[in-house]
Amino acid sequence: MYKNFKINGKKIELRLENDSTLLKALRDNGFTEVKNGCEEGQCGACMVLIDGRPVNSCQIFAISVQGKEITTVKGIGRVGFPSFIQEAYVDAGAVQCGFCTPGFIISTYALLKKNPNPSEEEILEALDGNLCRCTGYEKILDAVRLAAKRAREGGRL
Amino acid sequence: MSFKEVNRSVRKIDGIGLATGEEKFTEDYYEKDTLVIRLMPSPHAYCKIIEFDESEALKVEGVIDIFSFKNVERKVFTTAGQSYPEPAPYDCVIFDDVMRHQGDKVCAVVAIDEKTALKAMKKIKVKYEVYEPLVDFEKYDDPESPRIHMEKDKKQIIPINFIPEKNIASEVDAKVGDVEKGFEESDNIKEGEVFTQYAHHCPLENPSCLGSIDSRGRLVLVTATQVPFHVRRIVSLATGIPVRMIRVIKPRIGGGFGNKQEALLEPIVASIVWRLKRPARLVLKRDETFVFSRTRHPFRIRYKVGYNNDGTINALKLDALQNTGAFGVHGLTVVSCVGSKILPLLNKIPNLLFTGKAVYTNLPAGGAYRGYGATQGYFAYTQMIDQICEDCGIDQADYYKKHCVKKGETSPIFKALGEGKPGHIFTIDSCELPQCIDKASEDIGWKEKKEKYHFKNERQKGERYLKGIGMGCFMQGSSVPYIDMASVYIKMNDDGSFNLNMGATDLGTGSDTVLSQIAAEVLEVSTEEIIVISSDTDVTPFDVGAYASSTTYLSGLAVKDCAQKVKKIILDYAQSMLQADTEELECHDGRVFIKGSDKNVSYSDICTSSMHNEDLQQIQATGSTMSKASPPPFTAHFAEIEIDTWTGNIKVLKYTTATDCGTAINPKLAEGQVEGALVNGLSYALVEDYKFTEKGTMLNKGFSRYKIFTAKDLPEIKTILAEDSYDETGPFGAKSIAEVNINGPLPVISNALYNATGKRFKKAPFTPEYVLKVLAGEE
Repeated sequence: MYKNFKINGKKIELRLENDSTLLKALRDNGFTEVKNGCEEGQCGACMVLIDGRPVNSCQIFAISVQGKEITTVKGIGRVGFPSFIQEAYVDAGAVQCGFCTPGFIISTYALLKKNPNPSEEEILEALDGNLCRCTGYEKILDAVRLAAKRAREGGRL
Repeated sequence: MSFKEVNRSVRKIDGIGLATGEEKFTEDYYEKDTLVIRLMPSPHAYCKIIEFDESEALKVEGVIDIFSFKNVERKVFTTAGQSYPEPAPYDCVIFDDVMRHQGDKVCAVVAIDEKTALKAMKKIKVKYEVYEPLVDFEKYDDPESPRIHMEKDKKQIIPINFIPEKNIASEVDAKVGDVEKGFEESDNIKEGEVFTQYAHHCPLENPSCLGSIDSRGRLVLVTATQVPFHVRRIVSLATGIPVRMIRVIKPRIGGGFGNKQEALLEPIVASIVWRLKRPARLVLKRDETFVFSRTRHPFRIRYKVGYNNDGTINALKLDALQNTGAFGVHGLTVVSCVGSKILPLLNKIPNLLFTGKAVYTNLPAGGAYRGYGATQGYFAYTQMIDQICEDCGIDQADYYKKHCVKKGETSPIFKALGEGKPGHIFTIDSCELPQCIDKASEDIGWKEKKEKYHFKNERQKGERYLKGIGMGCFMQGSSVPYIDMASVYIKMNDDGSFNLNMGATDLGTGSDTVLSQIAAEVLEVSTEEIIVISSDTDVTPFDVGAYASSTTYLSGLAVKDCAQKVKKIILDYAQSMLQADTEELECHDGRVFIKGSDKNVSYSDICTSSMHNEDLQQIQATGSTMSKASPPPFTAHFAEIEIDTWTGNIKVLKYTTATDCGTAINPKLAEGQVEGALVNGLSYALVEDYKFTEKGTMLNKGFSRYKIFTAKDLPEIKTILAEDSYDETGPFGAKSIAEVNINGPLPVISNALYNATGKRFKKAPFTPEYVLKVLAGEE
């Protein structure tokens, strides 16, 4: 079946089944920036924003979020006009294999949108749903601190 | 040494593409008509198919075909992604009628989508003859233990002591001097034994492979691999498809850590796509990844050491028994590294005996995993050194500084223990381990805390929370000498930029960036002028792939060699264009200058002239380098911990590492390698383990039950890179850095536990349950 969704600010028709997870519906329709890491809501690679809140897209049915604003990492910034958060991740050396990165950027965006001056504890809390096996998280924490600084200096979210 | 492009943290060239989700991984390449392949898992750890009826399944609408031992030709091979002839038994086939571990593949269902494939799978009727599985690897040769590889066609292709009637996949030993004599001459003898557990690499991207047939009828595999060229060779061997008809493309890879140094999925996908002539993909689910893809080998390691009262070791006997699981893939080479990556560290021990065995069980197969046996071996070795130091009243940091291998020295082990054949002697050209020890110990406050926390000190007695501190030193290698090879091709473009095509395989490590920096340094342009294509068997020359900490060192040498050849051609052109001798010329900023003058010609003009005006030719070169040494990176680790003696919980408070990797080509990426390996090692030491039933079924396959560290679990981490380390054998002084730091956490935390409690912790991981048992004297 085909259903209408609002993704990255645009109305779009997705081909899906009634029991498709949002992850499957997005990936099957070309939103491959949403990554499939575990399908059990543990790794955060498939995170998207739903009405501004970070959600593991493998854990919800697509049709349950029709009519809501869905944002993938490409909705935050793209090659040619990346968001300062994405720039901060690259500047801090926080991107290794990059498979987990879209999910981390979603978490970071949601955090900084709420609070551009997060404490260390708030940063750790915000990233607790995202797994990374490459970086040991140190550079990712640097990236979030750098992005927060840039947000306070006027970075647009 | 002063550099322009290397030793600088340039941005990772694929960074923005990855951060915006635009870069593509294997799973992102499929088209709508791509078929789905799902593997039917064996329900038993050891069984044989006696009836297989897929007729009902084939009737399900949308099922294309079912592939099994019944309709896929049987050819033995090894999935190990290593150079030919592989030092691994040929004990794998694409589909077998014997299943050797729970989750082993019974057959593959190909369907239009996943749902259909799973629906059909339920309709396949299989009758198994079920055998009692071998799950305790120490019982590998018990008379009542089953033999696991008794198929007629298995074989070894080079001598690796493959003895399937004893469940031995391979065996190795190495001897220096006479250990028995050494023991007799020693004041003290100590013996010990440690055990390590199963663990998984947990790359965020599951193993995945996509196959299709191109317009010329060739097989194209887009695959998540560390070893594209080995994959092409192995697929050809396993399927009979000629090498010329196979193209392997490695896109972005979502982490490997050794897990993808294996032709695991590709032969399956190739055999299916080649027959159906339709695109199909196989992507493992996370639970399948845990049991069907390769793992870290569990080990039992025993040692006997003879030493004098001043701590000098006279003789060391090290015995490694490795559980290789159902297949012998990397068994021999991993067990060899228990000796070869450890024994040269304190290189003056005159008498050594190393024995290693890889034995089969009906459990998931081990494979390559960052650290590659050294990680397991150092658990025993570092604890042993700690014991000697405690016994003799010598400070551990001082001990390593005194006894460690130094620049200009060598180790007899380099020759005595290779990978599947004897090794090669080489001299250590750089070792800044003493500097690393000093810097890291000062950062953490080693000497003072060691005395303060020591269990003999009364201060902490009776407290609920005990603090402790531990240390250890580690080395690895950089490539495998006389086995590893890398090659590259560079051509110049008419704007003065360069294409760098190379076999080297970037798995997320950043090698595309690091190798571009090396090319840019030689060619004296900025790294942005280098355009990289890597790991496409049709387009790029051969490289063994990304393993054995070889890429920066060995592929870097090939890039350097190739870029130097290109530069020479550029200078030849400039010489005639500027009417000057080559010796008078110098390059910078994309131009060739006559030294001391403003007279110059741009790279762009040189290349344009070479294409259109005079002496027409493409300015280009190839470079190919074989590894002749394996200069070890060194690292010193220190951990401060706190144990809750009521709950058994260990909290790592601070962890400091100082690493000598030679010149860090990209310091930020190098630090990322250190921290990634360290945190993986901490997670391995404290929480990661496979839980099996008595029948060999894994109980915790999935991230909800197999926990790995998150950002919240981190201690305070301090990462130091040694200064002024320069290895003459490497590109601009570089050695490797990828693996060495995973070796530290397990032994260093065990030494910190001793410092705090006076007890030796010998079984990994150090879960609260285990810690309480040791504290209560039950282990």
